[in-house]
Amino acid sequence: MSRHSKTPFYIATLMLIFLGIALAVLRNQSMGVPWLPGVQQPVWLVDARIDFQAWGDPVTVSLNVPDNAPGFATLSEQAASPGYGFAITNNKGDRRAEWTIREAEGPQTLYFKTRMIPTSATEAAETGTDAAPLPTQIFLEEPRATAALTLIEQAGSRSSSPTSLARELISQLNSPKPDQNTQLLLSDASKIDTLYQLLNYANTPARIAEGLVLEDARRAQSLQPYLQIFDGESWVTFNPRTGEQGVPENTLLWRQQSGSLLDVVGGSDSQIHFSILRQTIPALQVVRAEADANNLGALSLYQLPVEQQSMFRMLLLLPFGALVVCLMRIIVGIKTSGTFMPVLIAVAFVQTSLLPGLAAFISVVTLGLLMRGYLSSLNLLLVSRISTLIVLVIFITVGISVIGYQMGFATGMTVTFFPMIILAWTIERVSILWEEEGAHEVLVQGGGSLLVAVIAYLVMSSPLAEHLSFNFPELHLVVLGAILLLGQYTGYKLTELRRFSPVRKYL
Amino acid sequence: MINKLKQRLFNDWIKPSQLKQAGILNMNKRNVDYIARYNDRSAYPLVDNKLKTKLVLKEYEVSSPKLLEVITEQHEITGFRELVQKLDGFAIKPAKGSGGKGILVITGRDGDAFVKPSGSKVDLADIQRHLSNILAGLYSLGGSPDVAVVESLVRCEPMLANYSYQGVPDIRIVAFKGYPVMAMLRLSTQASDGKANLHQGAVGVGLDICTGQALHAVQFDRSIEHHPDTGQPLNAIKIDDWHKLLVMASRCFEATNLGYMGVDIVIDEEHGPLLLELNARPGLAIQMANGTGLLPRLHAVEALRRPHFTAEERVAWSMAQLGTADKQTDQPEAKTELTEPVALGV
Repeated sequence: MSRHSKTPFYIATLMLIFLGIALAVLRNQSMGVPWLPGVQQPVWLVDARIDFQAWGDPVTVSLNVPDNAPGFATLSEQAASPGYGFAITNNKGDRRAEWTIREAEGPQTLYFKTRMIPTSATEAAETGTDAAPLPTQIFLEEPRATAALTLIEQAGSRSSSPTSLARELISQLNSPKPDQNTQLLLSDASKIDTLYQLLNYANTPARIAEGLVLEDARRAQSLQPYLQIFDGESWVTFNPRTGEQGVPENTLLWRQQSGSLLDVVGGSDSQIHFSILRQTIPALQVVRAEADANNLGALSLYQLPVEQQSMFRMLLLLPFGALVVCLMRIIVGIKTSGTFMPVLIAVAFVQTSLLPGLAAFISVVTLGLLMRGYLSSLNLLLVSRISTLIVLVIFITVGISVIGYQMGFATGMTVTFFPMIILAWTIERVSILWEEEGAHEVLVQGGGSLLVAVIAYLVMSSPLAEHLSFNFPELHLVVLGAILLLGQYTGYKLTELRRFSPVRKYL
Repeated sequence: MINKLKQRLFNDWIKPSQLKQAGILNMNKRNVDYIARYNDRSAYPLVDNKLKTKLVLKEYEVSSPKLLEVITEQHEITGFRELVQKLDGFAIKPAKGSGGKGILVITGRDGDAFVKPSGSKVDLADIQRHLSNILAGLYSLGGSPDVAVVESLVRCEPMLANYSYQGVPDIRIVAFKGYPVMAMLRLSTQASDGKANLHQGAVGVGLDICTGQALHAVQFDRSIEHHPDTGQPLNAIKIDDWHKLLVMASRCFEATNLGYMGVDIVIDEEHGPLLLELNARPGLAIQMANGTGLLPRLHAVEALRRPHFTAEERVAWSMAQLGTADKQTDQPEAKTELTEPVALGV
C-alpha cells in the first residue's frame, strides 16, 4: 500500500548506469581495453644486433636499452645470446642490458629484441631525476670560446627561453651560408656535438639522445642523434637536422641518458645494428601484458587463475540472459514455462552449440514426458515424483550419450551439459500444463521458452557480449540499471497490442 | 493463402495510442500500479485460502455457500461416508486451490455412486482418493499441504443456468478500494470443460455496472453474439438484485483490505447471491467483455478526495458515476468526479 516517490529510485538507477558507463570509458581510455573484440594494435618489433670479436677472456657487454621512451611503451623484452648470462640493470635511471660470459673467442653475435607499442603519451616522465639537472661544465679554448660566445649572444638576443635559444642555435648551424664563427665551430666538431657544447656553455642543461626511425622491414639501421634540453620542467627533444621541436613521429628514443650506448669489455670491433618490423597483435593481448607487467590490472579478471576465469566468463554472461528474459516477458510479452528456465537452457546451448543442443533438449523432454505420463497415473507425492523424474532424466541423458556415441555421433555427449534438475522441472511443468490447459498452451509456452532461450543464446554467445562482459565487468551495472528500469515499465506489451485489438470496435 | 496469412499477421493489431484512448489497463500497469500498490501482501493468505475467506466474510455479512465439513487429517477421510450420508449434492474444494483446480462437484446420488454435473459417476473410493490428493497439496499453490472444504451444492438460478454449458455461471466484479468498478458474467462452455475461466475458453459477458444489463460478450477475447454451445443470445441477460451483488462485493474490501481484487459471486435459486471466492490478481479480459477500459474508472476512484465509508455509499457512487449511462452523455468522466465527493458528502 506504500506509495513512495519514485524520483530517488530513478536518480539512483541512472547513477548506476552512469557509473557503469563512466568506469568502462575510464578503463577504455586509461588502460586501452578496446570496445570491440579483435581490435588490432600495431607493435614495433625492434632487434638490436651486436657483433664483436672476443679475445678469449671474460666478456661483459653492456647495452643501453630504452627506458620510458616518449610515445612508446615496452610490451616485452628478450635477449638471444647462446651461452651468455643475461640481466637488465637499472642504475640511476640508466637502464642497461648486460651479457656476461667466462670465456669467449672469435666473432660473437648478441641479440636484444624489444616490442614497443605506440602510446598517446608524448613525453614520458623521467625516472631517477628528482632535482633539476645541472648544465655540464664545458671548457672551450680560444678562439672557439669567443666564437661560441658571439654565437650564443646573437642567438640569445633573438630568443626568450631555453627552447627558443636552442631553436635559434640549430637554425644558425643549419643555415646554408654559415658565418665565420659557425664555420670555425663546425670545423673540428660535428653539428650535434657543437650544439651540445654551445647550449651547456650558455648554462642550459643539454644532452644528446639517440633515436631510431621506425619503418617497417628495415634492416641494418643505426641510431640518429637528437638534442635534448631541459627547459626547467622536462626534457625537450629537438631534431638537430631540421630544428623541429618534439620527438618526430615513429621515432623511438633508444638512449636518453648520458651513459654510453654500448660497452664491450673483453672484445673489440663492436658494432650495433637495428632491424625493425611492424606487427599487429590483438589489442587485448597488449592490455593484458601491460597489466601483468605494471600490476595495473588489479581490478581486471585476468588476474584470476585461468580455471576460475573460464567460470567467470560464463557467470558474467548470465546477466545478459536475464536482461533478454526481462525484455521478452515485460516488453514483448512472450509466455515462458518457468521464469528463468530459458536462460539456463541458453547456458547449456552455449556449451553444446545451437542445433545439437536443441535436438538434445527436445528429445530429452519428449522422452521424459512419455515417462511422466505413466508416473501421473501412480498418484505419487510431488517431491518423490520430481525425484523420480530427475533419476529418469539422468537415465535418458546417459542413454542418449551412449547410443549416440555407438552410432558415431559425438554430439550425443553434449546432452550432459543440460542442468538435470531444470530438465526434470521442465518436464513436470510441461506435463501439468498439458493436463490442465491442453496441448495448445504447451506449444505456446514451450515454443516461447525455446524462442527466448535461442535469443538469449544468440546474445550470450556473440563475441561482443563475451568481450564486453569479461573485460568491462562494470557494464553489468548498466545491465542492472536497465533491468531495474524495466521493472517499472507499465506500458503495453507487444502481445497485448494484438490481444486487445478488438477494442478498436468500441472506440 | 499468403494473403490470408498476411492479414492474420498484420491486421489484428492496435496502436498503443488507441489502447490508451480506450483506457485499457494492461498487465504491467496492473501489476505495478494497482496490485503492488494497493494490495498488501499480508492480506494474500486470506484470499488464497477459501476457508479463511469464508470465515472472515461471514462476519461482514457476506454470505457464501454453506460450509458442511472441513477435512484436515488423512484419517478423517475414512469417515467421509457418514458425513455425506444425508446429502444429495455437495462440492469438495481444496482450500488453497486456484483457478478452479481440484474442485469436485456432486449433484446427486445413484445408488452407491455419486453423480457429477456432466452425468458421469464416481464411487466413494474415487472421492476418498481425491480428498487424499487435496490434503497432500496436489492442487494447492506451491504444493503445500492443504485442507479439503466440503460445501453445500449451489443450485444455480434456472434462468442463468440456461445460458451456461454444464458449469454454474458466476459473476466477477472488480472492486477497487471497495468501489465496484466493472463486472462480467462468466459462462462455462464445452471448450472450457465446464469451468468458468476465461483463458480456458469460457464466455465473458460484460455487465453494465449501473443496471446489471449485458453489454457485450467475448470468448478468447473475441466478440461473440450467442453462446457457442447453448446457442442462447447473450445480449438479453439482466442480473436481478444487482444492487445487492454490488454491495456484497464492496463489503469484501473492509473484510480483506485488498485495494484491487476480483470478487466471484454465484446466484443460488434458494439463497440468492453467494460469494465463491476472492482473487487478488483479477484478469484483464473483463475489459474486453465490457468493451471499455478499466483505467478511466480506476482514475475516477483514485481522484476521489474523500472516500465513502460504507459499502452502500460506495455502490451508490459507482452506479451513479461509472456506468455506461453517464458515458453516453459524452461528458468527460473526470469532470464529474471532482464535484462528486462534495455532492455526496456524508
